[in-house]
Amino acid sequence: MAKTIREAYGEALVEFGADNPRIVVLDADLSGSTKSGIFGKKYPERFFNLGIAEANMVGVAAGMASEGKIPFINTFAAFLVTMGLIGARAYGSYSNLNMKFMGAYTGLSDAYDGPTHHTLEDIAIMRALPNFQVFAASDASNARWLTKNAIEVEAPMYIRLSRGSVPDLYAPDEKFEVGKGKILREGTDATIISCGIVLHEAVKAAEILAGQGVNVRVVDMFSIKPIDKELILDSAAKTKFIVTAEEHSIVGGLGGAVAEVLTEAGASVKQAFVGLNDTHAETGDYGKLFQKYGLDADAIVRKTLAGLGK
Amino acid sequence: MPSIPETKLAEIKDMCGQMRLDLIKLLHSIQTGHPGGSLSVCEILATLYFGIGNVDPKNPKWEGRDRIVLTKGHAAPMLYFMLAEKGFFPKEELKTLRQINSILQGHPCSKTTPGVEVSTGPLGTGLSAAVGMAMSLKLDKNPAMVYAIVGDGELNEGTVWEALMSASKFKLDNLITIVDQNGVQLDGTCEDIMPMGDIGAKFAAFGCEVLTCDGHDIANIFDTIEKAKTIKGKPVAILANTVKGKGVSFMEGKSAWHGAPIGKEHFDEAMRELGGKA
Repeated sequence: MAKTIREAYGEALVEFGADNPRIVVLDADLSGSTKSGIFGKKYPERFFNLGIAEANMVGVAAGMASEGKIPFINTFAAFLVTMGLIGARAYGSYSNLNMKFMGAYTGLSDAYDGPTHHTLEDIAIMRALPNFQVFAASDASNARWLTKNAIEVEAPMYIRLSRGSVPDLYAPDEKFEVGKGKILREGTDATIISCGIVLHEAVKAAEILAGQGVNVRVVDMFSIKPIDKELILDSAAKTKFIVTAEEHSIVGGLGGAVAEVLTEAGASVKQAFVGLNDTHAETGDYGKLFQKYGLDADAIVRKTLAGLGK
Repeated sequence: MPSIPETKLAEIKDMCGQMRLDLIKLLHSIQTGHPGGSLSVCEILATLYFGIGNVDPKNPKWEGRDRIVLTKGHAAPMLYFMLAEKGFFPKEELKTLRQINSILQGHPCSKTTPGVEVSTGPLGTGLSAAVGMAMSLKLDKNPAMVYAIVGDGELNEGTVWEALMSASKFKLDNLITIVDQNGVQLDGTCEDIMPMGDIGAKFAAFGCEVLTCDGHDIANIFDTIEKAKTIKGKPVAILANTVKGKGVSFMEGKSAWHGAPIGKEHFDEAMRELGGKA
């Protein structure tokens, strides 16, 4: 069984934060879930539980960042990008402080807790904030690298960490780059640009499509801001049809970010949007939510075939 | 505990008189900016910057400095007068306040203005940042103090109380919160808009040692802060009783002067009162 994204993140904090006194970790009474508690157990003097008070936690992190610390701010993304937004905007964005917003349980991954705990708008919110870099972890190796990168790069960041379990896509020591997508599979009929958990559905969809004679390129766009414009335009030129697939509203998320690149470049290419169609979801089994709300491999296959007129 | 030397006291008093006058001139000339809360916080800021606080304008990020955070960011004009007087930037910059290409934004910005510790403006956020600074200083075993100045209207914000909970949990005796208690907020008196009841009892209930002082009496502010610094194991809150619009009689205690532009007649009258030339 592959390591979960959140476990990989919690362990990476320990691995890269062990000997770095600048690393401080904050949580709002969810450290058992976010896995920030793994760091807290090893380095209690640099771990701070601020209680159920997310806005204050973000402000406290800002004060620490202004003192040269690198604060990792942990809670469910649903609360981080809402209760924590005033500080994200004033301190991370406006003041350009080196703060790391670690959004846990993103998308529908806190499935049974229902729409109050789902996060389907965080990419839209956080990528609208100047100075912020926005990432979505796609597997354990990627989550580990994103954690290391967050320590090394001085910038406010929002990193999407799902609760879901996924198989490994990458080798443990895979090299990634900020602003560079990863091509997981080559194809010439269409390109599926995805991130996070849905990326794994995109990979399955590509296999199903291949069985029907349709060959698609699959891109892991884990770096949503900055985004890989070159790869998006290359895909538009080579495949003539783009499908974006994300565990997020189709308003303002990865699909929107890709559309902005395509439109500005005048790329004459159709784009289909796989995501929540401007709706909240509901309580239920994670996999069944993916089916009902059109995020699974079958949904991606349907939209791809429809877009290709098949 | 040291008390403030007489010569220093006289110097700061004079400085406050001059800054009040210059501030009214500036806000009249640019027809924007908040006079009421700037005038109420004058002696508090002056005592911190010129009497108590250890800051170095030549090296604004010096590690050993005391951190002064004006969390009631709308009093930025008075803060800017303090920073300019202290030498963080040339006084000529003051006339660019709130104008395009200025280093002096409408509310304090840590990116553009030397000496501003953290950006403030959205009320209730600055105290959380001050808590984070105090926690970080403790982690680094840095003996510097953090002074956070909040407004009494600002106390409406729930995050202020979240911040105090955390200051108390982490025993931040290196954090002194000073409430500029002028009793008036934008829409009216604090009592009318959102009565907070016994503010001292509230701060005490959230784990603070509570002291009070006359927020326009420099020697009293000085002594109270010196006393606050001796209290260990818990954060201290100082309730500084002030008058909104202090020094300009028609502005005093009037919510209308929270952020109103100063017209010609009012300006002339203010100049007569403050002893300046229109």
